[in-house]
Amino acid sequence: MKELAHAALSARFNEDEPRVDWHDETLWWVRQKRDKMARSIPEWEELREGASQVKEHVLSHLSEYLEMFEEEAIKNGVRVHWAADAAEHNAIVAGILKGHGIDRMVKSKSMLTEECHLNDYLKEQGVDVVDSDLGERIVQLAGEPPSHIVLPCIHWKKEEIGELFHKHLGTPKGNADPQLLTHAARLSLRKEFLTRKVAITGVNFAVAETGEFVVCTNEGNADMGAHLADVHIACMGIEKLIPERVHLGIFLRLLTRSATGQPITTYSSHFRRPRKGQEMHIVLVDNGRSTQLGKADFRSSLKCIRCAACMNTCPVYRRSGGHSYHTAIAGPIGSILAPNLDMEKFADLPFASTLCGSCSNVCPVKIDIHVQLYKWRQVIVQKGYVGAAKKIGIETMNYTLSHPWFYRMAGKAGRWVMRVMPFAVSNKLNPWYRQREMPRAAKTSFTDWYKANKQAAGDNKR
Amino acid sequence: MTTRDKILEAVRQAQPAYQELREPEIHIHQEEDLAAQFSRTLKAIGGQVYDLQALSEIFPWVIEHLDRDQRVISMIPELSEIAEGVNPQADPHSLEDIGLAIVQGQFGVAENGAIWVTEENMGVRVLPFICQHLALIINKKDIVGTLHTAYARINHADYGFGTFIAGPSKTADIEQSLVLGAHGPISLSVFILEE
Repeated sequence: MKELAHAALSARFNEDEPRVDWHDETLWWVRQKRDKMARSIPEWEELREGASQVKEHVLSHLSEYLEMFEEEAIKNGVRVHWAADAAEHNAIVAGILKGHGIDRMVKSKSMLTEECHLNDYLKEQGVDVVDSDLGERIVQLAGEPPSHIVLPCIHWKKEEIGELFHKHLGTPKGNADPQLLTHAARLSLRKEFLTRKVAITGVNFAVAETGEFVVCTNEGNADMGAHLADVHIACMGIEKLIPERVHLGIFLRLLTRSATGQPITTYSSHFRRPRKGQEMHIVLVDNGRSTQLGKADFRSSLKCIRCAACMNTCPVYRRSGGHSYHTAIAGPIGSILAPNLDMEKFADLPFASTLCGSCSNVCPVKIDIHVQLYKWRQVIVQKGYVGAAKKIGIETMNYTLSHPWFYRMAGKAGRWVMRVMPFAVSNKLNPWYRQREMPRAAKTSFTDWYKANKQAAGDNKR
Repeated sequence: MTTRDKILEAVRQAQPAYQELREPEIHIHQEEDLAAQFSRTLKAIGGQVYDLQALSEIFPWVIEHLDRDQRVISMIPELSEIAEGVNPQADPHSLEDIGLAIVQGQFGVAENGAIWVTEENMGVRVLPFICQHLALIINKKDIVGTLHTAYARINHADYGFGTFIAGPSKTADIEQSLVLGAHGPISLSVFILEE
């Protein structure tokens, strides 16, 4: 069986230790900003509970809300498309482009289009796509996928971006000033906004009651694209619905505070009708969501609002980097979403966690992420999708823990080996030793210690 | 069966037992002085705040802050002396070289420094995004505490496009260093009008 991909890819990321520390600290800093914001709102926990309940209600009534949303959107003059999977989604987008004879377009951030690999598909079709979010533009120029859903190039150093922009945008060689680099991207992307006739955006929330959808950005790139283009295509997963406009109050209070520690994004744009002379399309995408909805243990993952708080707090994500998850949505939430799409390919991801539960603690819609990670492990092992080494390990552990005589003997042997010949375990052949110091072995087992001390304590009492 | 019907059927089969939509129990904490909270929050996210007694006080500000050759544009009739008007039928691309846009906001939100603006206020949707600098005007009495109050106020208003604007366009995508002026306005000035 193939080696578990996450472990191998993290090992590669971990070759450069100072970089790992920098990555870790940067994300932890974002997490701390989130904490500060959350703590400044006394009703924070009520907001989380409220958001969770609204989303659970939506999931229990999703088909009705989808129909309601479609009806309202059509009334608003929007064309609504349905896509069962990524391929159908991509074909719909390509069809709209072809219908207008257009082969260049601009796109703002949409994790759904990443999930569907839209850019690759359109490239094959001869369509030139420019990602307009600065972070996404950087990784696009570098030929990489984003490593984080909110901070797409969080793994890039400014010197490297300076080098990249020197090559592609003609900025002065050796200049790594974020101000200058951002300005260069602003000028270059403005040209794209002004000349491209089709704009794709994602959707943060779609309101069933009114048929409108909300797109949140700090840069203003979604708006620049959409309001200048003749055709606006908004792509969304079917789980993005909320019942009424008033519920936006809850979600917009939570989203950016959880994501970056800002009180709100610079722009929270509510698109309801196309502007005069413009064409507006919404593509509603299932791509495995209805399957996930049918799984009682995992359906609440569909409550996710893509804030990335779970990534910023995750001790594994911070030290392994987004690309180690080899899926569009990395981190803890990605690890419970991806196995639904392809259990074999993503069998490694639910194991890329310490199950510490920090992700669930910060989740603004109260998804029990770490519980679902644990549950996916059960499913994946039962289906036989784990590697041989892990399988043997699990079986050995199972035998040891269910046979007390063997457990005691193994403990004794282990302690003896570590005391008498520590080199037998502290060497490169032991994968556990790679990033860790082995502990000093105790002289006695806990059982023996407990027996002796309980006896002594009892004697004292007497 | 169309894809639409297939998806809807699959969702219908998969969705759990109906769970009622309850009114979320949220005890909103609100500061006393909403205008002060609004100004403080907006400054913290990179906006500039000015208190005005009369709208005409904007005139000297515009003259001071802009070069003479920069285009200033506004839908507000009282500002016609210093700003050209917005033609709602105009090609959005024709606004490419706007230096300053002055837009009437409907209300501000104290907790996050956001201002609600709809298409009617903008004239052309792209205006508050494409201009180099943006000025928004709100009345001091039109500041609400939180987004809950904001949406209660928006209620069932009919708009084709509406947006909350909170500060100048920004990015921190390069090593988390904050840079103002990503794709939209480099600066946001908010004028709070005392009535």
